Amino acid sequence: MKGVKMVNIYLYSRYERFWHWLQTAIIIILLITGFESHGTFSLLGFRFAVDTHNFVGLSWLILFAFFIFWLFTTGEYKQYIPTTRKMVAVLRYYSYGIFRGEPHPVPKRKEAKHNPLQRLVYLSLAALLLPIQMATGFLYWGYNSWQAWGLEWLSLPVIAFIHMAGAFAILSFLIVHIYMITTGHTIFSHTRAMITGWEELQEGTQIEDWEQKERKTSQPVSETV
Amino acid sequence: MNVKSNEARCTSCHAGYGWKDKEFNFADQTKVDCLVCHEQTGTYKKFPAGGGNPVSETKVFKGNGKTYHPPDWNKVAQSVSRPTRKNCGTCHFFGGGGDGVKHGDLDSSLIKPNKVLDVHMGVDGQNFDCVRCHSTTLHNIAGRVYTTPASEHRKSLIEDDLASKITCESCHSSTPHKEDAKANDHTDKVACQSCHIPAIARVNPTKMWWDWSTAGKKQNGKPYAEKGEFGKPKYDTKKGNFIWAKNVMPEYFWFNGSIEHLTVKDTIDPSKPVQINHPVGDKDDANSRIFPFKVHRAKQPYDKVNKNLVIPHLFPKGKADKDAYWKGYNWNKAIAYGMEYAGLKYSGEYDFIETEYVFPSTHMVAPKNNVVACAECHTRSEGRLAKLTGLYMPGRDNFRALDIFGWILVFGSLVGVFLHGLGRIFTSNSRKEG
Repeated sequence: MKGVKMVNIYLYSRYERFWHWLQTAIIIILLITGFESHGTFSLLGFRFAVDTHNFVGLSWLILFAFFIFWLFTTGEYKQYIPTTRKMVAVLRYYSYGIFRGEPHPVPKRKEAKHNPLQRLVYLSLAALLLPIQMATGFLYWGYNSWQAWGLEWLSLPVIAFIHMAGAFAILSFLIVHIYMITTGHTIFSHTRAMITGWEELQEGTQIEDWEQKERKTSQPVSETV
Repeated sequence: MNVKSNEARCTSCHAGYGWKDKEFNFADQTKVDCLVCHEQTGTYKKFPAGGGNPVSETKVFKGNGKTYHPPDWNKVAQSVSRPTRKNCGTCHFFGGGGDGVKHGDLDSSLIKPNKVLDVHMGVDGQNFDCVRCHSTTLHNIAGRVYTTPASEHRKSLIEDDLASKITCESCHSSTPHKEDAKANDHTDKVACQSCHIPAIARVNPTKMWWDWSTAGKKQNGKPYAEKGEFGKPKYDTKKGNFIWAKNVMPEYFWFNGSIEHLTVKDTIDPSKPVQINHPVGDKDDANSRIFPFKVHRAKQPYDKVNKNLVIPHLFPKGKADKDAYWKGYNWNKAIAYGMEYAGLKYSGEYDFIETEYVFPSTHMVAPKNNVVACAECHTRSEGRLAKLTGLYMPGRDNFRALDIFGWILVFGSLVGVFLHGLGRIFTSNSRKEG
């Protein structure tokens, strides 16, 4: 990789980063308290685990509504539209090219933060797995009100089953995700990007002028005055 | 075991005040002793075998060796007042012939309890008398639970202060906990008592086991009695073996407030323990709650041929009454006598069978710091509700296959990324070296 010049691009807005890390905390807390409520282990005490799980879960539900609002007002939902283009190349990269030091076939860009594989995974996550988890969690929480809501036909074991299956899927995602963020230019470059917003990429990637760090920091503030 | 043919003894408490003979009309509601409930001198003592009457001249009762004096009627009559815990306790704390024999949640420790034993009755707290909850209208006492479902109405006393069923919810409502507390979501399925009475017999022991089949053993040709743990009888020639226990964890059943009783006329299945009574309720019944019970287990005689329980004649009518078990120690004679007395058939062949009798636990409510913790039920194994099947309880139940598949997925992911990572380290090292 010697001789390759690196550039910084501004990839993640403040809200995106805030949302990402907030959701990280929410998911980790929910996993710990959820598995404790499930009886997998004893750590915080059943009662505290359940109360925390309920509070954090309901908070997530509300915060997720803001995320959906943000997605559609900013048009960022487009980042999640699935595509099969270059999908094979991405799969080939992670199963073969990455071991040979090849460049990523679909580098990150402001208007395409997700590669085809990510698009598919994150769409499944944001549009399917998390909403299912939130819906079943909300129903689980509202068990006592099912009759009042006209939902007495629901079955607690079925809701519990789906919610547990979702929990395992999310835990599995978390493991793979934490690993995948080490596959950037350096081990921590993706993590850094999600903290500062700036991702380090190889030069040659097509990047808009305004995205570059140098330009942003040197931008005159009162040019027209 | 039955009152019949033993009335002289049992009617000290059981209906039959003034009993003399078989012609007594048990349906006559005027045959009620006013004084036992209302007198306050504490000197009004019924002679244990007096059909509910005190003695008219000083007399010793051989059964307990105590001397009984005739009451000073003027003083006793002039002392009448609203019943105190002592009045009610005279019978209700000593049911079955002794302190704490029947109920685990009613015994003499409630005459002057502290609030750790009973948060309502504690003399250092609210200091409730029995009649504070068991209110009455024209001597109809509220709070009996056996015949009609309790929770059908969930009425509070504010709505109807003459409700015939006094329940916890009558005062505390169906959402007594802090707003949003998960415990409020439990009151539709779990009776207050289930969490708020963590153990019964917390001060005095209660009897858990009574084996009549070992009765009749003698020492030097004479009946004897032996004391065991807690200074309580362990063996008695008249009654057999006992096991007493303290701090008993109740057993939990679905309960709608009704209890069904077996009678001597009912056919029993001798292949398993006979439920002499059992709580009525079902998990799918909206009026049923999970409710704590003391289950008293025993071995008692039954008719081997006709397959029904029997009524032995225990208490002797006189010195010559050899048919009475407590005189002649012959079960066959005692059963034959008792059954004939009751007008029932007896084949002449008896054996002993294990029986169960449930007592709902509703007294000895602990202060809120001592309630049953969530994880005592919401736990994978050996929780308090481990025997209540057919419902999904978070923390207790799981889908085994899902859990196994889920953990395979999780550990598979871990192994996958681990191997992938190793591959990257390995290939990048070899690239650097190359």
